[in-house]
Amino acid sequence: MIGVLSYLIFFATVASILSIAVLGLNLQWGNTGLFNGGVVAFFGAGAYGTLILGGIPQDGLIGGFQLPYLIALFGGMVIAGIVAWVVGLLTLRLRHDYLAIATFGVAVAFENLVRNAAILGGAQGIRGFERPLRDLFESALAYNAAFFVFVLTLLILTYLFLERLIASPFGRLLRAIREDETAAQSLGKSPSRVRLTAFIAGSVIMGLAGGLYATFYAFISPQDVLPILTFQIWAMLIVGGAGNNKGAVMGTFLIWAAWTASGWALSRFAPLEVQLYTGSIQFVLIGFVIVGMLMWRPQGLFPEKLVVSQSAAAKR
Amino acid sequence: MAEPILSIRNVTRDFGEFRAVDDVSIDIQTGTITGLIGPNGAGKTTLFNVLTGMLPPTSGTVHLDGQDVTRFRPDALFAMGLGRTFQIPRPFAKMSVLENVMLAPLAQSGERLWGPFFQSGKMRDQEAAIRRRAMEVLDFVTLAPLADNAAGQISGGQMKLLELARILMGDPKLILLDEPAAGVNPTLTKTLIEKIEELNRDGKTFVIIEHDMDFVMQHCDPVIALAEGRKVFEGRAEEAQSNTVLLDAYLGAQVE
Repeated sequence: MIGVLSYLIFFATVASILSIAVLGLNLQWGNTGLFNGGVVAFFGAGAYGTLILGGIPQDGLIGGFQLPYLIALFGGMVIAGIVAWVVGLLTLRLRHDYLAIATFGVAVAFENLVRNAAILGGAQGIRGFERPLRDLFESALAYNAAFFVFVLTLLILTYLFLERLIASPFGRLLRAIREDETAAQSLGKSPSRVRLTAFIAGSVIMGLAGGLYATFYAFISPQDVLPILTFQIWAMLIVGGAGNNKGAVMGTFLIWAAWTASGWALSRFAPLEVQLYTGSIQFVLIGFVIVGMLMWRPQGLFPEKLVVSQSAAAKR
Repeated sequence: MAEPILSIRNVTRDFGEFRAVDDVSIDIQTGTITGLIGPNGAGKTTLFNVLTGMLPPTSGTVHLDGQDVTRFRPDALFAMGLGRTFQIPRPFAKMSVLENVMLAPLAQSGERLWGPFFQSGKMRDQEAAIRRRAMEVLDFVTLAPLADNAAGQISGGQMKLLELARILMGDPKLILLDEPAAGVNPTLTKTLIEKIEELNRDGKTFVIIEHDMDFVMQHCDPVIALAEGRKVFEGRAEEAQSNTVLLDAYLGAQVE
């Protein structure tokens, strides 16, 4: 029983962290139409940033500044934002698939950088810090439950922030840029400024997710920022429904459940020689989910809702 | 004569070897409805794109209200009172008609990332005012009953009215319409013409690209004709009908 409970807490914590990243992507893609193919770069910048700023000094590694946890987490977000700012200035003139290719390249470059830079831990990664406030809890289970509540709180805050944002004139502006940049510019809007703002804001949110992920595992390595994570995050958004924050969170929990269940089922029921390929089979499955969804229900399980006015409806 | 609201001097625009607009100079007088005609490919839309900042001219200058605005960007020009519609309507398809219109006003404090959080009071007041004004404008262009429909789902003619409504939110002095009557049913065209004339009486200046000659002859004065990128005629509508150069340009170049 304890085992099941602790697993559920573990599952919900990871799914909540990933939900935050998916919400960040939804701001970029769902609301603004920015095809970010390099989600892991910003997720990773937040993760590495948080551990470097909050970590303990280690031989030969950069950082170990031992900043208070919340400041380190915030610093990770800032670093993700700075990376996004630079990448954005360089790539945001590109459209659609070109932007996707460029940002995908950035993410691969990021992975190679951390894999090869000895001061960033190289292939071994960076060991994190003792998880914050761990001493206050006697059992690991109680601590994990508390950490889940912390993550959930941040997920809810992110969700409320974005809901308010997209209901505002800023959200209207994002949608207009997504629908037709030329028309928006002819109405006095500056598409390049808006695109950059949305790109940075979404990436900061991804950085928050990365920071929480690194805190949770107290470890980050190049294996955590492989392209598959970008594809998983995209699958979560596409299945949930781009443009709908509720859909983004639901899609995350669904896909993460399907991912872990498929891994478990393969390791349990598949013949031994097939089990060797569990990871590859899962990659194929996630590809099927993305393609299938785009073919049969491109709007996702929870499609974007048209923003309508109560007053205009009442006038009829 | 009074200072023209728009002064185009020797504007040329090349696409590689092809000269789409060739040394065109036009003055648009305040308060007029100028008809811009010419066969397909004459360079009318290219000229519009130069005037609205979507394309830089290869050479030449454009002055708006006496100020040199050559190579200004479209957003800056809209803020200075220049509104335009598109030949093929460009609605924000997955947004409601009302949202399309509410987007247009400038300097909305809620359009900044922190606006909804740190200036929420101001934003709410602005939104209420913008919503009221948007409903008035939609009412004016007869689209109020469609306010909550997706803009991509209304008819092509209604989209043209919607584009007009959008630019009216910016209270422009000069409005450029690219083929407002093309592909629009006669009832909506009539509505559109009424609205243009009403706005013109209120002091707004129009430049209209149109192929519908009845439309141009009845409602536009002066009429300017382009052919192969050059200005071939400028004068009153009735003169245009008997102008041999113009007839040649149409008969020689246009096959329909």
